[in-house]
This record gives sequence, structure tokens and C-alpha cells, in this order.
Amino acid sequence: MNVLVCIKRVAMVGARIVVTPDGQEIDTKQLGFTVSPHEECAVEEAVRIVERLGGTVSVLTLGPSEASEQLRDAAAIGATHLVHLKTDGREFDPIATAQAIVEVVHQLEAVSGTYDLILFGNEAPDTGDYQVGIRVAHSLDRPCVTGVKNLEVAETSARARREFRGGDELFELDLPCVLTVKEGINLPRYPSLPGRMRAKKAVIEEFEPVWQASLVVKEGLRVPNVTRERAEILGTGVDAVPALLALLEQIGVLS
Amino acid sequence: MTSMSDTTSRARAVIVGAGIVGNSLACHLARLGWRDLILADKGPMPNPGGSTGHASNFIFPVDYSKMMTQLTDDSTRQYKELGVFTESGGIEIARTDNRRQELRRRASAATAWGVPHRLLSPEEVQELVPYVDTEFIMEGLYFPTVGVVDSLRAGTLMREEAQASGALEVRANTEILGIDLSEDLKSVRAVRTSSGTIETEVVAICCGVWSPRIAQMAGASIPLTPIVHQMISVGPIELFADTLGEISYPIIRDMDTNMYERQHGGDMEVGSYAHRPIIVRPDEIPSIEQSVLSPTEMPFTQEDFDPQLEEALELMPSLLGNEKAGVRYAINGLISMTPDGHPVLGETPEVKGLWSVAASWIKEGPGIARAVAQWMNGDVPDIDLHEADIARFYPHQRTRDHVTARARESFNKMYGIVHPMEQWESQRPTRRSPVFEQEWGLGAVFFETVGWERPYWYDGNDELLEKYSDQVVVRNGEWESRWWSPIISAEHLAMREHCGLVDLSAFVVFDITGPGALDVLQALCVAQMNVAVGRVIYTSLLDERGGFKSDLTIMRLGTQWFRVVTGGSTGMTEKKWFADHLPEDGSAQLSDLTSAWTTFGLWGPRARDVLQACTDDDVTNEGFAFGTCRTIELGGVRVLASRISYVGELGWEIYVPIEEGAIVWDTLFQAGQEHGLIPVGIGVYATTGRLEKGYRAFGNELTADYNLVEAGMARPTVKKANFVGREAYLAQREQDPVARLCTLTVDDHRSSSGTLRYMLGGEPVLSLDGELLVDEKGRPSYVTSAGSGPSVGQHILLAYLPVANAQQGTKLQVEYLGERYPVTVAIVGSTPLFDPENERVRS
Amino acid sequence: MSSYEPSRNETQHPSVLCLVETDDGTVIEASLRALSFARSLAQSSQARLIAALVGEIPEITASSLGSFGVDEAYAVTSTQLSPYAPVAWAQALRQLLVTCGATTLLAAGSDRGNEVMAHVGALTSEPMAANCFGATRIDDETVRLSRQRWAGSLIEDSLLRSTTALMTVAFDGVSSQRAEHATTTKISAFAPNLDESDGRTHVARWTGRSAGISLADARVVVGGGRGVGSADGFAALDELAELLGGAVGVSRAVTSLGWRPHNQQVGQTGTRIAPDLYLVSGISGATQHLAGCQSAKRVVAINTDPDAPIISRADYAVIGDLNQIIPALAAAIRERNSLTS
Repeated sequence: MNVLVCIKRVAMVGARIVVTPDGQEIDTKQLGFTVSPHEECAVEEAVRIVERLGGTVSVLTLGPSEASEQLRDAAAIGATHLVHLKTDGREFDPIATAQAIVEVVHQLEAVSGTYDLILFGNEAPDTGDYQVGIRVAHSLDRPCVTGVKNLEVAETSARARREFRGGDELFELDLPCVLTVKEGINLPRYPSLPGRMRAKKAVIEEFEPVWQASLVVKEGLRVPNVTRERAEILGTGVDAVPALLALLEQIGVLS
Repeated sequence: MTSMSDTTSRARAVIVGAGIVGNSLACHLARLGWRDLILADKGPMPNPGGSTGHASNFIFPVDYSKMMTQLTDDSTRQYKELGVFTESGGIEIARTDNRRQELRRRASAATAWGVPHRLLSPEEVQELVPYVDTEFIMEGLYFPTVGVVDSLRAGTLMREEAQASGALEVRANTEILGIDLSEDLKSVRAVRTSSGTIETEVVAICCGVWSPRIAQMAGASIPLTPIVHQMISVGPIELFADTLGEISYPIIRDMDTNMYERQHGGDMEVGSYAHRPIIVRPDEIPSIEQSVLSPTEMPFTQEDFDPQLEEALELMPSLLGNEKAGVRYAINGLISMTPDGHPVLGETPEVKGLWSVAASWIKEGPGIARAVAQWMNGDVPDIDLHEADIARFYPHQRTRDHVTARARESFNKMYGIVHPMEQWESQRPTRRSPVFEQEWGLGAVFFETVGWERPYWYDGNDELLEKYSDQVVVRNGEWESRWWSPIISAEHLAMREHCGLVDLSAFVVFDITGPGALDVLQALCVAQMNVAVGRVIYTSLLDERGGFKSDLTIMRLGTQWFRVVTGGSTGMTEKKWFADHLPEDGSAQLSDLTSAWTTFGLWGPRARDVLQACTDDDVTNEGFAFGTCRTIELGGVRVLASRISYVGELGWEIYVPIEEGAIVWDTLFQAGQEHGLIPVGIGVYATTGRLEKGYRAFGNELTADYNLVEAGMARPTVKKANFVGREAYLAQREQDPVARLCTLTVDDHRSSSGTLRYMLGGEPVLSLDGELLVDEKGRPSYVTSAGSGPSVGQHILLAYLPVANAQQGTKLQVEYLGERYPVTVAIVGSTPLFDPENERVRS
Repeated sequence: MSSYEPSRNETQHPSVLCLVETDDGTVIEASLRALSFARSLAQSSQARLIAALVGEIPEITASSLGSFGVDEAYAVTSTQLSPYAPVAWAQALRQLLVTCGATTLLAAGSDRGNEVMAHVGALTSEPMAANCFGATRIDDETVRLSRQRWAGSLIEDSLLRSTTALMTVAFDGVSSQRAEHATTTKISAFAPNLDESDGRTHVARWTGRSAGISLADARVVVGGGRGVGSADGFAALDELAELLGGAVGVSRAVTSLGWRPHNQQVGQTGTRIAPDLYLVSGISGATQHLAGCQSAKRVVAINTDPDAPIISRADYAVIGDLNQIIPALAAAIRERNSLTS
């Protein structure tokens, strides 16, 4: 079983995002970076599949040279091959990202065979485009299911479940396929110290993707104005329960 | 919040910052009876997001500094009272021979401060901490009283105590917007906050890494910088699964790798001071809203920690090497770093009522707060804080460049083996004497003091080694020969035989002038200052309890004109002490002339011959008596000559306008050639010459916890005029002292390996049966100063001894690098070993 | 910008096409919001508003489309479309787009909406802008739009340059508003030309709603964070949720600790909720969490710290220990219920 996981380096933001003075980027001077949460689960899922069925976990990222940190993060929890599509820091839009990934997948597969499974996160938290995995699937002509929160993989097929309106949708797919997963599919492990040591030494295969202008032309970024009055204090401790009850009554949520 | 910003309130004091320091300070001020206190923090309670919130919270009780050890001890006592202390024990590990020696040196410090400790073999370490690999351990130093504290809880309890007593109002989520000053910009009037303006005369900045930012609002500076300390938490650790509470195994300090490993519940925390120094500017610390964890828990930079992993794994392979234990938490934690490693405490010299209580670790927080509260209350703190006084810094030491350079340099020395004389490499040279070039040419080896480059000895004098070979002791022990040269002894002997020229440019010089000048000095100095114009007076300054505040010399240059001269390292604090006591009516002024005057010391039996060769003025003993000063013409320059000596020789301190310093030096130097004059370094001035004469030094012998009687410096009479500490001094004179300052000589320098070893100071003094000497006030005896006495052929130690032991001829021991050496009490009191009748200085 | 004049000739009206999702014949809230958004875009460019629904359109659905100002609705039917097959849906929409000459295709920023629109983007090689909450047509090839990044914590203003503008509509950024004047929606049938491969990936089985009320749809959500203290501590929250006919929601910290399953997580990477009442306790209020409850109509916070961020985001607050207040509130509700019944 050969699994490829595509991950993205994203900033870790606090309760407020700050935009650079030119309004084009978020100010990441004091921010750390991480693998986006859905994708962290995707890596974990891949590692578990390979632990069970044998095979390889390749992890690919498209991003600036610092994104190698996220590849090593993935290696620390069990990824075996690291692939870096090194950008000059410019933002690749979903179309450009998908094209770059597809080109590299072709090259990699030509050498080491088809990936049975290509995993993505359902969406990146920073740009929230919801589409790179699907575009890659179309280009590779492989089936695709998004938002997967439960996955069973056999030698040639997969059963993917996801939530839909409080219920549960099941998809049955033949391999190879493309899946985008959501946080909650598993609880990712923390990297062990030996894992970190392996990650430090892991080899990263590098490619240079071609940037192309986006048809969604960013004019600027801004932080929404959230003005909210301070809460009305109903009271302190259990003494506040009558007031709380009256409020629930007023809102109409009591039967 | 905006609706409240118009409201104005009043407070006796506003404490900014609700970390361990601010909470403790509020509590201690309340205990001292202060009311109407406001504690404000921009973050939420109980963890507003400062360094307290991510501290590893463990306490090792030993530091080479007595002050730091006492502060830690007091803090530990307070934590215990609050019920937040858990004793775990702690072990410092040596992986190398050098570190092994260092552990022994630390053990001696522990002995001196009465801290329980024991050296352990690798196997003994493993008995206490079963998960270490003994292969990487040479030796361990075990401190059974090491423990961990809950500093957040402690802060909460102290804050709540102050609130419950009605003394304190707490304002969380309140940002300081500005500090308003009086019209003359010299004192605090109000604090503007996001929850309104607070009128107050007192603001205490307890803001840790943010402190410089807040001080700046009032135009003051707090020289510290935020710096990153990396920490990871690894778990779950199987071995810890069944342990109760937070910690069951001793904390390991892996000194040679600059790391510590400390159990925290089910996890192992691994902290590092080994990574590159990562400096953050105070204005770059993210806001609470921008931060993912908290402003002082910055994003972890894996690549900086990576090199440490291997060493951590080496020491604890089975525990940290378990694949099931993961890194669950990792931060670049911000901590405060100061240029000299000490906290920054006290009222800022720039603004009255603006107090700094910054750069404290968890282990000192409550102790610092208690001492500063006493200080704010106008009392003398129980613990002598002069080493941490914010007034100590010179302008250049307050610059961003200096602070960051020194922080960068000292970061990796946090667990380092730092020699007491070790020199800084960065920011040098900063202050150069006018004869720097001449000294350089003479082969000066420069040591730095408060920015000044001072020749410690001159390599060019090495030919003297042969001449004095029978008197110069060569040190074979590596430790005591570091930052030292036998040339110092040779210079000493040459000076005593002929004469020497010493560059004293680091002196701080300030004039007190005006109709009220005499009153100012009378009110501060122990000595009678109402003396004839032209007299030079050496005097002590005391605090209200009669402890030493300072010692210095003062020249009376006119009826309303006094010149105060003091050492560079303490000059700025002393300047503030004088400035604080100037009359409010403006009848006396202080002007700092440090940068206007340079000083040379010309001392030795031939000093008069040299000086006379350069001047037509009368410099005979009759014409220029000891203890007097006056302006003379030296070549084409008018200089102020002052006939005193710190090395016990005939001679003068010569004060020269700084731009004429070089020509005066050259004149003296040339004239001196036929009289055997040599350049002499500070090694002689500060150590060998001084110790042979038994002269006491401020900070060594003269500290706030000893007095004039104990130091053997009490004069037959006490002047009538009142002065600070007079009452206490009178009382001290009425009682028999419980300790006396003694001069000790070493009877046998031979170590177990046969090498002759020479103490450097700080060593504990023990009875022959190995007990630490402790006087009735609980003060342990330790060597306050140590150095060669080439003219008396002895290695000289000064130490306060309990009266029972303070008898001439008493046999005792000192512990140095883990071994004990026999010593004898040579002198009780201030009689010098060399020239006991002081004939030379008066000749 | 409002001066934009469509350049197309009179015979072919420019139009905005919007995918409408239904649940048991009822248009889901997210689609109503998308329709509201689509209508305002259509009005600004004097375009017709066309809806696309998969399956037949019952009368009741048609009238609700009318009340949202839909001029025309297509009932898109094909055996490949049901059970749900994302590529087939995308193919169908793509064909309908051509058929009705629409210049804009919209869908709700729901799981399905985003998925189908991404497939349309891939099939057409056109860009797709997800989670928009503002859009104005500038010219035939340009729409100026505002969209959410970081789950709404950041706004991106962009120009979408494409002859066919593909967008999804942010749930939290748009409200559902009926048209000032209801229209009579013209219903047409549309049978797309789909082959088997389009339906290759489809829902093989749908397991109905699990017992209880789904978090996303709950009218009342009782939220708990790390402050609850332990996994066992949630029993009181479960009880209260049941009494209020609501669901329990938790913070990411709680799922990371393994106290509760991830499907109860409210937040950017969990479920977005839109209840009438969010009664939240033991949560300090990190962005990741707040992003998931922006659409709650009222937030009532219970917290020991009156200065916690969640308090400043709440409408009402009770200061105190949730472990005392929650059971007391539950008891009070039970007592009230026993009196009223």
C-alpha cells in the first residue's frame, strides 16, 4: 500500500489575526507554523494504514523552503518519503497548486508506481478553498470523496464514511483514489523523541513548481470588525439560576 | 471598557503585572499596612500570560551570589507557608572532568550557605533516578531540598490575601496606556489605563519581559531583554503513570548539555539553555489576542532544539526513547535576561516613585517582593539588594545594544562554568581611559569594569618575574591561575620597592556644592565632614540599621564644595543615594564629573621623588601631609593631588582633566624612569596591595548585614551631628559583637593530589571537625576576599568569624573545590599584616 | 459599480444560477442564505435568478423559492444523480449552466455545496471562490467579491476573473432574507446528459440520523470546555442538553484530551453551529472555537473568570463554577417542567 499525503504549511494564529501594512498577507512575524489540522490527521491515517497493511507513506508539500519543517513534522510521526515542491513564497492558487502536484505525482509514480491512495485535508484553514484534492483527482482521473471521517482500506478498495446532516454517508471506492479527510478521523499521535531524531535525518526530495497567476486576484486582506457589547452579568454562582431560568423561558427554549 | 476610561481613581500604589512578583508585592505591601493598592494586568487572572504561566517552577537552592541564595531561601520559605511547595530533590550531573570540579565548587558554595548537599557516584544517581544511563554520568551533586512550586497558585493566594484584607483592588484585562509625571518630569503622578486613570505617587513595574516597555512610558529604562528558553514536555511516561502528585523523582540538571529534565505529572519536561540565544525585543512580544498559547509562550522552533534531542536521549534512553511517549507541548518560552544576570530592583534613578521589580525567576519572586516591599516602605530590606539595585547601571549599560549583546553572551553560560573573574567578550571596549594607547603599548591585559578597560596587569612587566622569583608564587592549579598572572605579584613587589603608576579612570567623581552641601554630607557620612578645606576623608555610609551602604573618600575643596570619589562598580547607586538626600530647597547640588576627570595613583617609596621631579610645588611630608589634597602644577597642567593610599604606600591620587590625562601620564612616566617607576595594574590595587593592608572592600567585607564594630572600623568617638544609621551604630557600639572580621593565612596549600592550591574567595570557613562556623545571628563564615600577599609571603583571606573563633592563632579550615585546607587566624580586627604601624603611608 | 450594464442582447437574459439543496422537500437554511446572496447579486446586475434542484420540485418548495425571489427553477433529474454522486451533480450543473446561459453559478458553502462546486471548477478548469459573503459584478468577466479565510477570522477582497463565476456562499457571512416581492417561480425540468462514469462515486449507503439532535441543527447547544474538568463532568451537561432538547458541543481541547468524540467539537475544524441558544461553560474562547459559534443567536456563558474572552463575546454571563450551576439549573428546569405538565 503506497499512500501519498499532501499537506500545507499554515500559520498558527491566536484570537486575532494581524494583517501586514500593505494588506496583502497576514503578519506572521511572531507566529509559529504547523501542518493544517485536517492534514495532520491525514498523515496519521496514512501511517496507521501502512502500519496495518505495509507499504510507504509519502508526504508532499508545496510551499516556501521553511515548509520542510512541516515535512519533518510528518516524518516524526512516521512518514517515510518527503517531497517538497519549493516555492519562492508566492501564494499558489488552487488551480496552480493542483497542477503542480499532478505533475510531480506523474514523475513520482513513473519511478515507484501508482499511489493507491492520495490523501488531502478537506480544506486548508488559511485560504479555505475546498478544492485542491478534487482538482488533482480530476486531472489524475481518479475517484474522489471529501470530508472523510472514517476510512477502511483493503488491498484494492476503500470504504469512506463522512457525516451528512447528522447521519452517515458511506462511499465505496476502488483504488487508486483521492480522499480529503477531516479532523476527527483519528486522534493524531505526538511525535516521539526517536521519531524526531529520524525526522531530522530524513531526506527531502525537491521539485520546483511553476507559479501561475490566479484568476481570483487578491486585492487585499482585512480583519472583520467585531464589536460586541460586554455580556450582561446575570449573577454569581447558583444564585443566578432563577435569572438564568427566566432567560431561557424568555428565549423560548423551554418546552 | 471605553465607558470606564473616563473614571479617575486614586491609589497609594499601582502594581503593574500579576505574575509571581506583582502578586507577592501586593501581598507584602498589604502586610506592611499599605492600603488603596491597585494591581493591574493586561491579561486575565489567574494566568495573565506572562512568564510565570509557563515557568518550569523548580527551585535549586544554591547560587554563588549570597543575595540570590538568600532570596531563594526566603521564597522557598514563603512557598512552603502557602502550601504550594513539593520537595523532590535535585541532582546536578557532571559528564566531564571540568564539570566535576565545578560541582565541587558548587558544593563548597552550598556548604558556605548551609544548604544540604551530597556528592553521588553514577550508581547512587541511578538509585535515586532509575531511568538515567550511568554511562554518561561522572558524578552527581544531590540537593535533597530542591522542590517544585505552584507559582500561579501562590500568586493567587497572595493576591487574595491582600484583597481579603481590604488593601487591594485587582484589575484584570487592564492595559497600561501611559504614566503621567509631575511638571518637572521627576516623579510619578498618575497611571493611565484602559479602565481609567489612577492618580498615584507610586508605580511598581512587575512586568517581567514587558518591563522596559512600561518604564519607557515614564522616560525611564529597565535594562533587560526577553530571551527564549526552549522547553518540551514528553509523555505519557509509563513509569510515571502510577506516581502520585506532580513529582516523585529528583529533578536532573544535565549541566554539561545545558539541559534539565523534570517530571511533571505523567510527563517529562525537558528544558534547554543550549540553543542559540534567541533575543526578542520587548515591543515584538505578541499581544494576548495574537498569541496561540500566551504572549510569552512563543512558537517552538524545532531546529533550535534538535541538537539537544540526542543528548537527552543519551541520558534517559529508555524513558525518552519510548516510541509511545510523544512531544505533547513545546514552546519558546520568554524569560528576562539582564546585562549582569542579576534582577533589576528599586526605584528608578530617572523618576521618583517609579519602581522596578523585574527580572526575577520563580525561585526568587516572593523573596524579592518581600524585600522590595520593605524598601518601598522606607525600611532597610532584610536581604541586601545592592547587587540588584536598578541604579547600578550606567547609561551605556542601558542601551539596547549592550543589553542584548550581554544577554546573548551570558545565555549559554546559564549552566556554564563561569570563573569569578571571567571577562565579557562583547561590547568592548566601551569606555577608554585617556592613556589606553600608552597602556596598550606597555602590554596591558585589560579587564572590564562598568565599561572601562582597566589594565589588570602588564605583560610588559614580565621581566620583573625573574627579579622577584623568590617571592612570586606561581599557581599550578588551573582554576586559580585563570584570569590571573604572577606578574601581578611582581608588580606589587616592584611598587613596594620603588613605585608604581596605576590608572584609576574608572573612579566615579561627583561634586556636592552649595550652602547646604556640608549638611548633606554630615547627614550621610559616619566621619566628621566639618573639616578644614583641603582635607581628604575616608568614610563609611550606613543604612538606617547601621549596615554598610557605601565607603568612599571625600575631599573638601571649599567651604561649600565637596568632591566625592568612589569606585566604578558601585558609583551609580551611591550617586542616587546622595541625590535622594539632597535638600528640597535646592541649597545643595550634585554634579557628576566622572567624564571630566581621570585619576592616576602614584604610590611607592619613590613616589615623592617622582612627583617632585614634575612639580615646583612643595610635596614634602611637611608641605603635603597625609590626608590632604590640593591643586598643584604638574608640567603644564594643573592637577588635584590627594595624599591617600589604598595600597599602603606613600603617594597620591592625581586627578587630571580627562583631555590632559595622557600628557600627565607621560610626564610622570618619564620622570619615574630613574626612580624605578613601573605601570601597575588593578590586580595590585584591588587585591594584593589592599589585602596586605587589610583594607575592607564594599560588597566583600562591607555589606548591609555587617557593621562597623564587627568590621573593626569603629572609631573611638562618634560625631555629634546626626547621620543615617547613627542610632543603630551607637547601639552596636554598646554591644559585644557576635562576629569579627579577621585576617586568616593558609597553613598548607597542598591538595590531596599534591598540587598547591590558592583560594579565590567565597569559601566556607569550618572548624577543625568540619562544622561550618555560624555566628549567633545565624550568619555563616565564608571568605569575603582572598589573594596573594607577596610582601608578607602569605595567601591572605578575610572572613567574619564568630567571636568564639575570632582569636589570634585559632586553627580552622576552609573548603576549596571540595577539599579542606588548614588556616590560622592571623589578625583579629583591622591591623594590617604589612606595615602594621602604617609608617609607609605617612612617610 | 452599480452602473454595470449587461452587454448581452435582449433575447438572452443574463442570469445567476444557484444550486438549492433540500432536506425532505424543505430548502435547507444554507441554501436560503445562498439564494438571498444570489438574488442581491442578480439584482445588482439586472439578471434573472435561477435555481437548480436535484429531483422533482413539489409545490411547497416552489412557493418557498418564490418567496426568495427565484424567477425560474429547474428540477434536475437523472438516475445518476441519486443517490448523491458529486461528479454527476457537477456535470448536471455544468450542462444547465450552458442551457440557461447563466454567467454565475452559486451554491451554499455547505459540505455538498463546496464539494459540487469544486468539481464544477475542475470540470470547467475555471476558478471557484469558496465562502463568499459579498459580490458585485463589475463587467462580463469580473466579479468583485469578499470571501472568508480562516473560517471568517479574516476577509479576502478579490476580483474573480472568469466568464463563468463559480462561488459558494459563506453560511456565517450572509443572512437569509425573503424577497421584498415574492415571485412566481417558473418550474422547468432539466434532464442532463450523464453517463455511468459520472455516477461512479456515489453514496453507497446512508445511515439515518443518529439518536439525538445533530449538533449543526440543534436549537440549543450546551457547550463545555476544558473547565468541565473531566470526562465524567460532562454527565451534567448531557442531562441539561436533554432537558432543553439540545445537543452537547465541546471545544477542541476536550476532544484532544479524548474526553468526548470529535463529532461534538464546535469550531473551525469541527462543527459550525447556529442555535438559538448557545449555553457555554468552561470554555475561555479561542478563535478556533469562536469560529464555530458565530451564528449562534444568543450566547450565555458560565465562567469562573469574569474576564475570560468568552464573556466579552457572550450576551449574558453567569460568574461561577459550572459544576454547581449546571446541575442547579437542570434541577430548576425539571421542577418547572413538573409544575407545567
